[in-house]
Amino acid sequence: MPFIPHTDEDIREMLSAIGATSIESLFDEIPTALRTGSLQEIPAGMSEMEILQLMSARARADGRQLCFIGAGAYEHHIPAAVWAIVTRGEFYSAYTPYQAEASQGTLQTIYEFQSMMTSLTGMQVSNASLYDGATALAEAALMAVRANRRSKSARILLPRTVHPHYRAVARTTASNQGLRLEEVAYDRAQGGTPVEALRDFEGQDITALVIAQPNFFGVLEDVDTLTDWAHAHGALVIAVVNPTSLSLLKPPGNWGGRGADIVVGDGQPLGCPLSAGGPYFGFMTTRSEFVRQMPGRIVGRTVDLEGRPGFTLTLQAREQHIRRAKATSNICTNQGLLMMAGTIYLAMMGAEGLERVAAACMARTAELTERLAAGGAVRRMFAGPVFHEAVLALDRPAAPVLAALATRGIQGGLDLAEHYPELGSAVLVCATETKTTADIEAYGQALAEALPAVRAA
Amino acid sequence: MSLNLREPLIFDFSRPGRGARGQWPAALAGPAVPEALRRRERALLPACSELDVVRHYTRLSRLNFSIDTHFYPLGSCTMKYNPRACNAAAMLPEFLGRHPLAPAAHGQGLLACLYELQEMLKTVTGMRAVALSPLAGAHGEFAGVAMIRAYHRARGDLERNEIIVPEAAHGTNPATASMCGCIAREVAVDAEGDVDLAALRAAVGPRTAGIMLTNPSTLGVFERRIEAVAQIVHEAGGLLYYDGANLNAILGKVRPGDMGFDVIHMNLHKTFSTPHGGGGPGAGAVGVSARLQPFLPLPIVGRDADGDQARYRWLEERDLPQSIGRMASFAGNAGVLLRAYVYMRMLGREGMQRVGEFATLNANYLSARLQQAGFEAAYPRRRASHEFILTLKRLAQTRGVTAMDVAKRLLDLGFHAPTTYFPLLISECLLIEPTETESKQTLDAFVDAMAQILREAAEDPERLHGAPYTLPVRRLDDVRAARDLDLAYRGPVA
Repeated sequence: MPFIPHTDEDIREMLSAIGATSIESLFDEIPTALRTGSLQEIPAGMSEMEILQLMSARARADGRQLCFIGAGAYEHHIPAAVWAIVTRGEFYSAYTPYQAEASQGTLQTIYEFQSMMTSLTGMQVSNASLYDGATALAEAALMAVRANRRSKSARILLPRTVHPHYRAVARTTASNQGLRLEEVAYDRAQGGTPVEALRDFEGQDITALVIAQPNFFGVLEDVDTLTDWAHAHGALVIAVVNPTSLSLLKPPGNWGGRGADIVVGDGQPLGCPLSAGGPYFGFMTTRSEFVRQMPGRIVGRTVDLEGRPGFTLTLQAREQHIRRAKATSNICTNQGLLMMAGTIYLAMMGAEGLERVAAACMARTAELTERLAAGGAVRRMFAGPVFHEAVLALDRPAAPVLAALATRGIQGGLDLAEHYPELGSAVLVCATETKTTADIEAYGQALAEALPAVRAA
Repeated sequence: MSLNLREPLIFDFSRPGRGARGQWPAALAGPAVPEALRRRERALLPACSELDVVRHYTRLSRLNFSIDTHFYPLGSCTMKYNPRACNAAAMLPEFLGRHPLAPAAHGQGLLACLYELQEMLKTVTGMRAVALSPLAGAHGEFAGVAMIRAYHRARGDLERNEIIVPEAAHGTNPATASMCGCIAREVAVDAEGDVDLAALRAAVGPRTAGIMLTNPSTLGVFERRIEAVAQIVHEAGGLLYYDGANLNAILGKVRPGDMGFDVIHMNLHKTFSTPHGGGGPGAGAVGVSARLQPFLPLPIVGRDADGDQARYRWLEERDLPQSIGRMASFAGNAGVLLRAYVYMRMLGREGMQRVGEFATLNANYLSARLQQAGFEAAYPRRRASHEFILTLKRLAQTRGVTAMDVAKRLLDLGFHAPTTYFPLLISECLLIEPTETESKQTLDAFVDAMAQILREAAEDPERLHGAPYTLPVRRLDDVRAARDLDLAYRGPVA
């Protein structure tokens, strides 16, 4: 039977050492009435060859299309070495480094990760990662309530330019703890959050303002003005950022006069495959003064009995296994392997390589939007500057156009009708460094073929 | 030993002008970032060659203990073999390259796997419905307690905000109760490790939202009066939450649904053998009884019959308007879910029944052998489940040798340590979980190592306080780590 090494002789000797007559007798404390019969609905077992044949067939059926969807998950080149190292058994099959002496590989990698993330975001401290970008934002909202001692309202301003899924996850998490998440409108011409949209909240007790850079529409927000507004009104600033973009964009630690207070985001662009939505990793960095309010594992450098440097989990008094009901979060694991992929990716790219990636993404997205707009049926919806995504307005319904593109092997972007019905026919598109001029041309051609079949609105 | 036991930081290899240029895209001219939004100083990232990076992280990997290299009997964590086929299947390029928002029509193969995973998890747990989106065990716990709250609220039962947890529970249980805006109330367990029913009866009432239980419990024994516990809590109007951390013990033997549980989370990285990855990623699928089904977290894979052909799609809010909502940026840790799916298909119905059997056989054998070697079990009159507790109280009193000393010495002898100092109510304890994938020879070698430590404790206890001696570092100064915080490299010392 798979993965169980026992021989008949082993079983006999083991039962004899226990003093039991059968394996079955080891379950004699379970009430008989509760015992399960056979699991007939589960299929019979398969050999490795058989299951790999099945999985390969299913993967082939799904195929690979040319993907121009971004919206929080981005296709990037991943150096072959990244996952070759990540899937080494010593990393892949280890657990949380509770025994520090036997886990220095994982611990040192986390320390290096924390170092890279603090520098990239311009903050002082980082944790060892959270589940993903959306849950990181939810944790940041809860953390802001703990950290902003002057605010009693637990009110978080959450602009509509923040990813709709992130806002949904923040609601799922925060609604049980009495947080109030308030929407902030965006500018229909620029696609950003204007400081005027915050005027209604002046004079009120606000715990924190969330600022996404770039925002969900790909548009760059006026982060300095928004940050200064928040601080002038007693609110903390939670930055939601794309890590690739930080090689070119001002780090949140330098936003406005005082910088952001908590920085979160999804680390997926750093070496993590799209993989249908996960596993990815969330990251969180903050100011030193808030380190004890931060959720999740944190690694520190210290010394051993002989004074040699070494790494260990630290500040564990914040965590559930020590503080139980009073912990900063119930989070237990981080996203170890993905955090590791991110660290190796960043080490491989370096600051200069990451700049190259970000610049190539910007260039390809500009090339894409220009190419598509050339046909006349499509135009840029917002005038604000963008990073590597943009909203396109279509002169006819988006859904049938996207469906027609898909039959031509092109995933043409995300239809915004569900989350932003007020925009009419709008599609969020993305091109990263993986897209070539030929790919963009293929999209343009497919669009030209698809459009006539869909009647203009 | 030729293994490198010291490894500098990656930053120490960095030299200006160096880089893994083969990984960089061509420089493209495009739009510039507006002046006011531009980064002024480069981030402190290493400038290294590709070989520098590969060698550094490969060397670091060799400083770790792992299942692939060592016996890893970490109690409550189910460190069983992670079959490589699961990884190979999840890393097929079509699955890896799939965007989470790509059309379902072009992902029927992946969705079929996830749908079938939901169905298999329903069968092995005896629950009515399953959702896969929670990203880890504790995240699944959050979903479970949030569903319990939503259920009471939907009935207009607004006062129920207390979650009962046995005093031996995992820390995540009370922490989750708090995260869901509930109050955690601890109840005692009796001398034999079962929940104290009198204490439970006294604790329940009109404010009881539910109880969170692990069964077998964190004490490594089956909660024998589970039916009475279910009855007491249900009669008080509360619901039963099953913490699936110890599901491996009973897989194929008894199902949480049959024990009366209303909601369960499963740690797919434990029972279903997806990798622990040095602390993640996990996956914390949740299963529910009929009354909690409307509140499941989104999204869920649905199946529509389309003639003979099944069509799979993501169910969203319009399909499940009472849902507690979205748990994650996208649909969950799909790559982890695929690994669990492959594992379950390889085991099949017969293999799955063997899991609980051989996990239990190994634990009882190891417990018996260690007691014969002179160690003291915390619950000697009970059957071990898939794990068991030794208490080193006597050793601590007579020789001054603590559970920590034994754990550290085990590292020297080539074994990862069991879980130490948990559960909190057993003093000087080791929680030992061998799992079903370990052979008798491995268990015997572990017994020999433990017996050696017992001899050393008698002959030279001082030596044990100093362990480990053969690892990359000796014991670390945790007090200094927390006092003089050094959480990030700040650049070369001038």
